[in-house]
Amino acid sequence: MSSISAGSNRTTRSWYKRNEIAITPWLFLLPAMLFFAIYVIIPIGQSVWISFHQWDGLGEKTYIGTANYERLLGIGEQKIDRKFETSFWNNLKWLVLYLLAVPAGLFIALFLNQTVRGIRIYKSLFFFPFVISQVVVGLVFSWFYLPREGLLNAILAVFGAGPVNILGDPTLATYGIIAAGLWPQTAYCMILYLTGLNAVDPEQVEAARLDGAKGYKMLWYIILPQLKPATFIAFVVTIIGALRSFDLISVMTNGGPFGSTRVLSFYMFEESLSEFGFRMGYGSAIAVVLFFIMLGFIGYFLYSMWRDEKEAR
Amino acid sequence: MHSILKTSFAALAVAGMTATTAFADAHQMSGDLKITSDMSNPAPRAVMEGLVAGFQEMHPDMNIELTIVDREAWKTQIRNALGANPPDVVNWYAANRMGPYVEAGLFEDISDMYENGDLPGLDAVKGALTLDGKQYGVPYTYYQWGMYYREDIFKELGLVEPVTFEEELANCEKIVASGRACYAIGTKFLWTAGGWFDYMNMRTNGFDFHMQLARGEVEWTDPRVREAFANWRKIIDMGGYVADHQSYSWQEALNFMIDGEATAYLIGNFAVAAMREAGLTDEQIDFYQFPLIGDYPQGEDAPTDTFHIPSGAENKENARAFLQYLTSADVQTEINSGDALGQLPINAASGVDADEFLEQGFEMLSNNAKGGVAQFFDRDFTAEMASVGMEGLQEFMVFPDNLDDILERLEEARVRIYK
Repeated sequence: MSSISAGSNRTTRSWYKRNEIAITPWLFLLPAMLFFAIYVIIPIGQSVWISFHQWDGLGEKTYIGTANYERLLGIGEQKIDRKFETSFWNNLKWLVLYLLAVPAGLFIALFLNQTVRGIRIYKSLFFFPFVISQVVVGLVFSWFYLPREGLLNAILAVFGAGPVNILGDPTLATYGIIAAGLWPQTAYCMILYLTGLNAVDPEQVEAARLDGAKGYKMLWYIILPQLKPATFIAFVVTIIGALRSFDLISVMTNGGPFGSTRVLSFYMFEESLSEFGFRMGYGSAIAVVLFFIMLGFIGYFLYSMWRDEKEAR
Repeated sequence: MHSILKTSFAALAVAGMTATTAFADAHQMSGDLKITSDMSNPAPRAVMEGLVAGFQEMHPDMNIELTIVDREAWKTQIRNALGANPPDVVNWYAANRMGPYVEAGLFEDISDMYENGDLPGLDAVKGALTLDGKQYGVPYTYYQWGMYYREDIFKELGLVEPVTFEEELANCEKIVASGRACYAIGTKFLWTAGGWFDYMNMRTNGFDFHMQLARGEVEWTDPRVREAFANWRKIIDMGGYVADHQSYSWQEALNFMIDGEATAYLIGNFAVAAMREAGLTDEQIDFYQFPLIGDYPQGEDAPTDTFHIPSGAENKENARAFLQYLTSADVQTEINSGDALGQLPINAASGVDADEFLEQGFEMLSNNAKGGVAQFFDRDFTAEMASVGMEGLQEFMVFPDNLDDILERLEEARVRIYK
């Protein structure tokens, strides 16, 4: 009798109850996975698919195999696409120079990490550029750089230096935009380091001080290793920020003068979506190349995160 | 015909409702009409709203829905707008600029309206709306390009309006000697440089050659093209243009002319409103046609703005009636007058407003543009060629020594684009 009731009990437990442990995590993951698939994974696949076509975004697609990539990278008899070449090198300049935001942010964070009257106000003042929109930053800097009325030239004139037209000079324009981008990015890195500095163990600092460490040695051997997580995040956001630099370029130079400030993301937009851009296939090919470059970095970050976690265990 | 209809309708409406019903049944239309317009600047916006109000008055039962989109944003938004569930009437531009949409079958072929006389008075402008022998829309306004100059400074320096390029250069020499630049220009958004090339090439080699180049039939490395650039270079080398023009938009560069640092501006008639607003009086500004270089009848740039019916529209009959309404002679006179759009009407039966610049422009385009009327660099050339081309033109204006490299690049693009 008892065994029968136990059996019927088991059958009345629903299928979900029986598999609860196995299914629940998937249920929680489901919305995120669904959206990630719809907004990230599937579009990536579509971009790759479109990049094998010639398509004006309106009519019929024609399959042309890898012709877009051949033209982009100059495979075969044709020369490499010069716009692509310029964009690629500009992307590299962005990557290298944008990373200056990390040490600069660290420096400011160390400077601000003290207890003075009103330090919160100073901190928020330094953080202010990160709060305003990139478009506003771009506008402010383009006024700052104006060839005649700009503040920069007014300052240079005080020192007797001749007027420069930074955004109008193809050799300087990219650096001018990167400098504008560094302003908010430094503030971002600073905030990351400020929170990191809060977590520095005061006992270790005390112990190091007893052992006679100070100044540079204290920073390098005691503080920085404890800031490693903050440094890691700062690098990640800065590199990704450098690769997706678009708004500043669009606002400050619109890719000009004569295309010298294009980066890959801007070139992609120009070819496929802008006023005169009717080359969806070619734009997608650029997007795919940019995707693989980013994938390289992201893959490395994921690997180092995984490695750190394994070490911590 | 149209005006008669309108007045008689108004008269009948006053006379009494019963009398009008029979009349109205035959002519009034009902149903929906969705219009998406890019006339977002203050004056054009008022014109567009006035057009809708006028049309509504004729067809009180029609449910008209007007959406006004930012003019710059519309240039990229139109693609999505034409795709799914499109409006019944949209704004766009003439000539090759409508090519991609016509090829994709997104603009309705309205050749029958031109053929059966629904659009009287549009014969002269029909060409700009024609692709492969069919018409895909109607124009609603156009404007001349040319030299707008500071009359007071010309007087001060004792200069007169030049007719030939030699006179132009001689004038420019004197202007430069007086410490000014001859021409204001802002090439940040590239297209202004396209205007200069249009004129240099049309004057050096003639209108027909320019159109051949636009159709991709001539090589960019052709010696005739080089000659046009060589003429252009004369102005660049003598310091004719304001410095750092690659950093300014056309509006920002207008300040040079307003401040008297530059004496002339090769631009479209839309700049006049901005000049007047900035405080220049009609005594201070004047207009002359771009001077002659080679022995060719003058070709002129006169861009035309247009209305189209998307082929996916739901209320095509209403849309056609609206196009007919807005191109009619009276409406054209009204919307292009000085206190509305301040441009030229496209209907031959319309009157041109009594405005110094509109009159001169109309006179020039009617009698002195024997070579032909072009749309503009970015509307005559295909989209891709225009974007590559204008970038090269801007580079040439800053670094004229790069010409060989630029032409080679443009030629490479031409071979690829016009397969």
